[in-house]
Amino acid sequence: MEPLTRIQRDARPESMLLNMGPSHPAMHGTLRIMLELDGEKILNAEAEIGYLHRGFEKTCENKTYFNLLIYTDRLNYVSPLINNLGYVMTMEKMLGVTVPERAQLIRVLMSELSRVSDHLTCLAAMAMENGAFTVFLYMMKAREFLWDVIEFTTGARMTTSYIRIGGVRADLHPDWRGSLTTAIRETRQVLKDVSGLLDKNSIFLGRTRGVGAISREDALSYGWTGPCLRSTGIPYDVRKASPYLIYDRLSFEVPVGEFGDNYDRYSVRMREMEQSLRLLEQVAGLIPDAAPLSAGPTIEPSEAIARSRRQRTGERIRLSPNLEGYEKERLPGLVATDKPIAVPPKEDTYTTMEGLISHFLFFMSGKGIRPPKGDVYFSVEGGNGEVGFYIVSDGTDRPYRLHLRAPCFHLVAALEQLIKGRLIADVVPTFGSMNMIGGELDR
Amino acid sequence: MSGLDFLTTRLETAIGWGRKFSLFHYPFITACCGMEYMSAACAHFDIDRFGAGLTRFSPRQADLLLVVGTISHKLAPVLKTVYDQMLEPKWVIAFGACTVSGGIYQNYAVVQGIDRIIPVDIYIPGCPPRPEMVLDGLLKLQDKIQHQKQDWRWARKT
Repeated sequence: MEPLTRIQRDARPESMLLNMGPSHPAMHGTLRIMLELDGEKILNAEAEIGYLHRGFEKTCENKTYFNLLIYTDRLNYVSPLINNLGYVMTMEKMLGVTVPERAQLIRVLMSELSRVSDHLTCLAAMAMENGAFTVFLYMMKAREFLWDVIEFTTGARMTTSYIRIGGVRADLHPDWRGSLTTAIRETRQVLKDVSGLLDKNSIFLGRTRGVGAISREDALSYGWTGPCLRSTGIPYDVRKASPYLIYDRLSFEVPVGEFGDNYDRYSVRMREMEQSLRLLEQVAGLIPDAAPLSAGPTIEPSEAIARSRRQRTGERIRLSPNLEGYEKERLPGLVATDKPIAVPPKEDTYTTMEGLISHFLFFMSGKGIRPPKGDVYFSVEGGNGEVGFYIVSDGTDRPYRLHLRAPCFHLVAALEQLIKGRLIADVVPTFGSMNMIGGELDR
Repeated sequence: MSGLDFLTTRLETAIGWGRKFSLFHYPFITACCGMEYMSAACAHFDIDRFGAGLTRFSPRQADLLLVVGTISHKLAPVLKTVYDQMLEPKWVIAFGACTVSGGIYQNYAVVQGIDRIIPVDIYIPGCPPRPEMVLDGLLKLQDKIQHQKQDWRWARKT
C-alpha cells in the first residue's frame, strides 16, 4: 500500500480524483498531476515530479571536469549546446580563462541555433497537444534544417558535447554558410506559416487567451525566468542583464508579453525566434572565413609516427575525419592555449614526447583540469530561462559539488496555482506552454 | 496432417505480412531520445513509409511499445503497467542506450536496461540513435514479425 498523497488525504469526500500522467501523452512522460475535480472544474491539483531523476548532480561528483560535459548535454536535451555553454563558462570563470574571439562567435551561433530549435520544439508540442498537428509537422521540418547546420559542424544531431572548456571542439564545417542560409530561410517560412495558422485561430485563442495567466509578482516570487517571465511583461534576459560572450555587441530586442497567459508565452517565443534568426545573421557576418590550412604535402599518421621514432617530423599530418577542424594550426582561434585546459593537438601527441606527456597529464585521473579551491556561479540564457551552474571545487580534478539551476523547475512549481479553478482542458495548453523538459527538471 | 501444416504455414505468412505493415505504436517517451523519435516520426524521415505511422496514445490500442528514453526506478512500475495493458500480440523496441543498458547513467536512479522489467524484441543503441537507425530497427522488427510462428490453438501440440 503506497502512502496517501496530499490530495488524497485532503480531498472532499464528494469530489472526484483524477490522475494525469506520467504516461499521459501531454505530460511528456515524466510528470504526474493529480486533480481533485468537481465535474470538469479543478478544485485542487498536485504535481509530482522526479520520474526522470537520473542522478545528474551526484554522478558529476564522480566525474572529472572534462568527462562530465556529456551529462550536461542531456539536461535540457532540446538545446544541448546552451547547457554545454553554461557549464563551460562556469568553469572558465573559475579558471580565469579568456576564450578566443572566433570561438566566442561560434558559441553565439550555436546557442542561437539551439534556442530556435528549443522554442520550435516547445511550440510544436504545445500546438500538437491542442490538436494542431500541421504546426507540429511544420516546426519539426524547420528544426531538421537547423540541426543540419549543427550536424555539419559538430558531427552529431543533438548530444554534441561541442562546446568545450576553453573553446570549442572543432572549427566550423567549410560549407556552414550554405546550410545556415537554408536553415534561416526555411525557419522564417515556417514561422510565417505557423503565425498564419495559429495567431487568429479561434480554437487556439480560446484555449490560450486568458488561460494559465500569472501576475508579474507571482512569476517573480516563483523564480520564473526566460520566455515565461517575459510573457508577463518583465524584460529580464540574461543576455541583456549581464551580457556574456559578445552579446553586448549584437543588436537584438527582448520581446515581452502583457498578461502572462498561454497566448503570451506562445507569442513571446515566436517573436524571440525571429530575434534569434536576426542574431544568427549578424554572427554569420562577423565570423571570418577560416584561413585555409597551409599548403604543402601531408603525410599519413602512421608514416608520421614511424618517422617520429627517429627524428622530429616537421610535415603536416593528415588527421582522421573525426578530428576534422581540430588541426593544430586552427587551435589558436578555437581554444584558449594559455593554460592546459583543452585536449592537446593530436599531431603533437603522436609524434613528440612532450605532446604525449601533456596528453597523459590531461586525461590521467587526479591530473587534468584542476581549478583552484572555491565556488562559483554563472548563468546563461537557456531555451526556457536562466540556466545556472554552481560548482564547488576542492582543488581536485572532480567537482566537490555541482548544482544546476534549472529554469523549468521553477516554472513547474507554479503549475498547481495556474490550473486551480480552471477546467481539465486547460491543463494541457498551460503545461505545454511552460516547456517542461524532464532532463533538467528532475536532473 | 500435412495438409494442415501447409495451410498454417501459408496463413502464417499472410498474417505476418499483414501485421508487420500495420504496426500501431505507443511511444513511451521520457527523455532525450524523444527528440529523435519526433524527427523519425515527422516529415524528414517519415516512419509512416514503413507502415508504423499511426501513433496510439493508449496502450490498449497499440501493438508496438516504443520505450524511448531513460527509465528510472520511479518510472519502472508505470512502464510495466503500460506493457501489461497492451493486448497480444505485442512487441517492444528499446530505443536508445538508456533503455538498452542504462547507458551513461550507471547509478542508483536508473534501471540498467528495460529488459529487467519487460521482454524486448529489438534493441536500438545510440545516445540518442539517429532516425535512420530507428528505421533500421523497425525493419528488423518487421522481419521478425514476418517469420514469427503462430500459436495455433487447434494444432496438436507434440
